[in-house]
Amino acid sequence: MKNSHKRNRYKKQQSIPSKYILMGITIVCICTIFLSLVANISGGPLNSVAGYVFTPMQKGINGVGSWATSKANDLQTLREVQKENKKLKKKVYSLRTQLNTIKLEKYELENYRKLLNLDAKYPAYDKIAASVVAKDSSNWFSTFTINRGSKDGIKKGMNVIADGGLVGIISDVGRNYSTVRTVINDLSNVSGMITNTYDNINVSGSIKEMNKNGVITFSELRDSDNKVKNGDSVVTSYVSDQYQQGILIGYVDKIEKDSNNLTKSGTITPAVDFAHIENVLVIKNLKQTGDVGNKNKTDNSNENQNK
Amino acid sequence: MRRKVTLFLLISICFVLQTTICKSIAFADIAPNLLLIVIATFGFMRGRREGMFIGALSGLLVDIFFGPYLGLNTLLYMYIGYINGLFKKYFYPDDINLPLILIAGSDWLLNTTLYLFVFIGRRRFDYFYYLKTIIVPEMVYSTIVTVFVFFLLVRLNEWIEKEEKRRAKNIE
Repeated sequence: MKNSHKRNRYKKQQSIPSKYILMGITIVCICTIFLSLVANISGGPLNSVAGYVFTPMQKGINGVGSWATSKANDLQTLREVQKENKKLKKKVYSLRTQLNTIKLEKYELENYRKLLNLDAKYPAYDKIAASVVAKDSSNWFSTFTINRGSKDGIKKGMNVIADGGLVGIISDVGRNYSTVRTVINDLSNVSGMITNTYDNINVSGSIKEMNKNGVITFSELRDSDNKVKNGDSVVTSYVSDQYQQGILIGYVDKIEKDSNNLTKSGTITPAVDFAHIENVLVIKNLKQTGDVGNKNKTDNSNENQNK
Repeated sequence: MRRKVTLFLLISICFVLQTTICKSIAFADIAPNLLLIVIATFGFMRGRREGMFIGALSGLLVDIFFGPYLGLNTLLYMYIGYINGLFKKYFYPDDINLPLILIAGSDWLLNTTLYLFVFIGRRRFDYFYYLKTIIVPEMVYSTIVTVFVFFLLVRLNEWIEKEEKRRAKNIE
């Protein structure tokens, strides 16, 4: 009796035509797409639930995979490593002498700074290490997730670095994972600066350029005196409202004049090897727009902004 | 119930594999689309309704973790499940030709719409370049993987159906 009742109800549920469900979900999806374009929403509680289910699994499987590849690499590269070791030792000696001179110069610089009452120009950022757990399931967007989330103090908009270069920005945060949008992604735009000339440029990712030549594109360089050369290093600019100042993006690879004869554009070889990212550092300071006071003050205003 | 649990597990496993192992064994930076294979195959075997739900669930997962815009992948995967469901009447468990064509078609459809939605807006007009380096390789890998996976999925579906029939008999 009870069972047949249940089955009748089941039949009733079945009888809602698929067409209407399809339409319903379509409308909801269009609304959320529109909302995420306008208001930059994310999944909210869904993020946390999904994060708790999938992040541990991905971490485990990724762990097995990278263990196997590292074992295979161990045997393969032992000889190479020995060779490299010799080379690196030589390099260490030369770098050590360089370091000594730089230390002396730094001491001098600090003295001058004291004389001029200047704070340190680049504050030591508070960083947290994280490892990559999963990569984008489609082949279009170079995004990946890392094993740190809001419970480790990670917030949307924090900068991610690896190998001393800029990797990208946190675009979404769950409780135990967060999503990183890399600078090679087509949706990324970074305000950069050429260190030699202090010219501001706009660096944008492109999967096409990345696949073809391993570079990302830049535009809007105003350099009428042709001072910018290939190989100049590009860092994040102070005008950026999302990225901390002075993080290395890469080196100028090619420069071309635009058709308007005023600006130039070209390509940059990124400092980070995006194909083999395993560990990254997240800078826990968020970029401050507006006044830059002492450190405690900025931390407080950070809190307020995120509320 | 059993069907729902099994399908959920299947989607989870495919999602996890696709975002980890598939990415590390990818040729030329292109990985096959396991989720799409599952969605298309089950839509094809079981009809519009199930294809639609499997598609929406998988798409939602992709959206939560990686989607550029929340809902875009849900929408695309759902329609792919639905469209594959329209071909249910041509389904024979032994025939692999039609599913291969369907999956190649679905993969092309998915990637082309993604391109239209996201890349055209960013003034990336060189469709043939993307077709050559991303869409076609993914199509080829996905169809090759389908050759190995299709009969496993058919078996899985038969196993679930047998269980459902047994249970239905018991109730009567």
